[in-house]
Amino acid sequence: MASKLTRSNRAGWLMAFPGVALIATFIILPFFLAFAFSLTNQRLASPNPTEYVGFENYRDLLGLSVFTLEPERDEGGAVIRDEDGAIEYPRLRSFTRNNPDFPNLQGKREWFSWQSGENRTVVLASDVVFMKALVNTITFVLVVAPVQAGLALCLALLINQKLRGISLFRAIYFMPVVVSIVVVSLLWQFIYSPGDGLLNNILSGLTFGLFEPRDWLGDTSTALGSIMAMSIWQGVGFHMVIWLAGLQTISPTLYEAAEIEGSSKWQSFRYVTWPGLRNTAVLILIVITMQAFALFAQIDVMTNGGPLDSTQVLVFQAVERGYGRQDISGGSTISVLLFLIVLCISLIQRWLTRERN
Amino acid sequence: MKLTLSATALATASALAGAASAQTELSLWYHGAGSANAEEALVNQLVEEFNASQSDWTVVIETFPQLAYNDAVGAAALAGELPDILDVDGPVMPNWAWAGYMQPLGIDEAKLEGFLPGPIGRWQDEVYSVGLWDAAVAVTTRRSILEQYGIRVPTLDEPWSLEEFNGALAAIAASGDFEYPLDLGMAWTGEWYPYAFSPFLQSFGGDIIDRETYQTAEGVLNGDEALAFGEWWQSLFENGYVPGTSQDAADRETGLLDGKYAMSWNGNWAALPVVEAFGDDALFLPAPDFGSGPTIGAASWQFGVSATTEHPEGARAFIEFALQDRWFSAFSDGTGLIPVTASAAAETANYAPGGPLEAFYGLSEAQALVRPVTPGYIVQAKVFEKALSDIANGADVADTLDAAVDEINEDIERNAGYGH
Repeated sequence: MASKLTRSNRAGWLMAFPGVALIATFIILPFFLAFAFSLTNQRLASPNPTEYVGFENYRDLLGLSVFTLEPERDEGGAVIRDEDGAIEYPRLRSFTRNNPDFPNLQGKREWFSWQSGENRTVVLASDVVFMKALVNTITFVLVVAPVQAGLALCLALLINQKLRGISLFRAIYFMPVVVSIVVVSLLWQFIYSPGDGLLNNILSGLTFGLFEPRDWLGDTSTALGSIMAMSIWQGVGFHMVIWLAGLQTISPTLYEAAEIEGSSKWQSFRYVTWPGLRNTAVLILIVITMQAFALFAQIDVMTNGGPLDSTQVLVFQAVERGYGRQDISGGSTISVLLFLIVLCISLIQRWLTRERN
Repeated sequence: MKLTLSATALATASALAGAASAQTELSLWYHGAGSANAEEALVNQLVEEFNASQSDWTVVIETFPQLAYNDAVGAAALAGELPDILDVDGPVMPNWAWAGYMQPLGIDEAKLEGFLPGPIGRWQDEVYSVGLWDAAVAVTTRRSILEQYGIRVPTLDEPWSLEEFNGALAAIAASGDFEYPLDLGMAWTGEWYPYAFSPFLQSFGGDIIDRETYQTAEGVLNGDEALAFGEWWQSLFENGYVPGTSQDAADRETGLLDGKYAMSWNGNWAALPVVEAFGDDALFLPAPDFGSGPTIGAASWQFGVSATTEHPEGARAFIEFALQDRWFSAFSDGTGLIPVTASAAAETANYAPGGPLEAFYGLSEAQALVRPVTPGYIVQAKVFEKALSDIANGADVADTLDAAVDEINEDIERNAGYGH
């Protein structure tokens, strides 16, 4: 193999050079730099020398502890309850701040907790914001990947027909992809605007005023969902085109044969179209997954990760730490972790969708 | 990368141009490309007049959009391509001085006599930067509104107390005449939060960081005073007195004029439209006193000398040329900003005694407190911003402030104390 590569003509290498050089300079080299920085305390701008810190950055991001809070008891040993009957617990900050008895909890914060009998079990994280970003990013991918791929397939099937003016619809569906994501985000910010925003107006109009206007991006329960909806809308056209390309590689003779055999519409989709789209489906799934993990612009423009970290995501946190807080090492560490996550998921997807002969 | 490349290209271009002229060329970077008011034109005029006034130096101005400016300077510093004269935001200056982007100004301090405190940028007892204007924030409202709800008009000597302020908000909210009694400008994320809201914390008796040592925020940002501030801050949003973090940016601009809000916590740069709309009815009121004296933020954009310039004396000559009352007045008239000396203020249309914005000069003089003077401020500002938005959105006050303290202290530790 190696000998074949070196024997190949010089012109080929010359032509590959600009692309290879650019990829090496702007993708491969920065990746190795990020890995190196993540093991140091590199700052964006600092007169202090950079020092090697080992895996400290990783520990700071990933540190977890479980702690059981016991209820406050009065002298007789009975559990103290407040007016509503809820059990009162000592404040977590009395354990996590400068408490020599619990050095493992120092500086950690509550991530989530659950009730077990009278006790409350709390999971604490060194970096709650990172943990929330991780969960939000994975949620985003789990929702967006199937929904966007499915919607794109539906649209592709719709416009894969010979009708008058079908290219008009193709253009309309593809339009959001061409518009810059920043512009789209700004527009959707107006749509989601609280009070008399467009979406609130439409919904209350459709329900004859029954709908209570909502603060879509300002409410922790709707913010991430709102971002998912606009992201799906924005990206669906691109994947529709890829599906369409896949659809058009399926030979019409197969459909004719299916028709002669008397298959229903659903049967020809299930046994002709879908097997024919196999490779396209693998491609689309991997591409959407990677794009969804890279979610950034929408967050940066619309919510800045708020409210209450309900829209924090990994790439936004990497940029926020690296540039906003001048902590290049912290940002690099998140990037490396993100790379590892995406790599694992891609490998799993490859394995699940492998050719089974 | 892109920024570095363009910065290199700029430097090359100016070096080529420099070789052609007899005068020594000095580069000046300015943050206000495409500014809505006359600021950019005035900076250009300042440069032209300086160039015409002497034969040693030619200043060449390069303007950047404000959002990209700090990144461009950072990239240029890494590439060793800083200009001779830098334009710098007051609270960012200590960071640039510490990081080695800037050198002490080296001008005679007698020239800064009679200046408002905000426009003079000091770091470790040396003046590094000086501004031609300052900015101030006030409670902007209408006299008729206060009279309608029986609210006392506060003065600099006797500002509202916490109870009076809360009472005023409650009275206006109870009437239901406005969407919100007060607009804090939550739509303006970024530097607005620490600039506009940390004075509230300071007035409660807390601060972003302990200004004695600049080494810790423990007990200052999460002490009893800060907790009281946090609870009060959260109550504003819980009671529906102010719009939350998802406020529409357009409402921020025009909400007061449209009658959506009764009062607005806003800067002097937004004051002229209010005067135009309401005339004599417009009021610019001092910050309330929450216990430890009323304060507002200070310091705006300033000029300084880069650390790598080969001609610090030329840069100094330009900055000294700019430090004249006539420029202070010109900038104030053109932009609505506050002139930095009383004598210049007397020459302006808006800040002269009896002028429509006169109140702001008094505010700047009496209440202004610069943001923490430390290289770590740029990180602390971000941490503070996040803590305030989280508390506004209902996060537990003590836990949020504790987390902010931890983050600030960790950052200081990682930066070996930021050279204090």
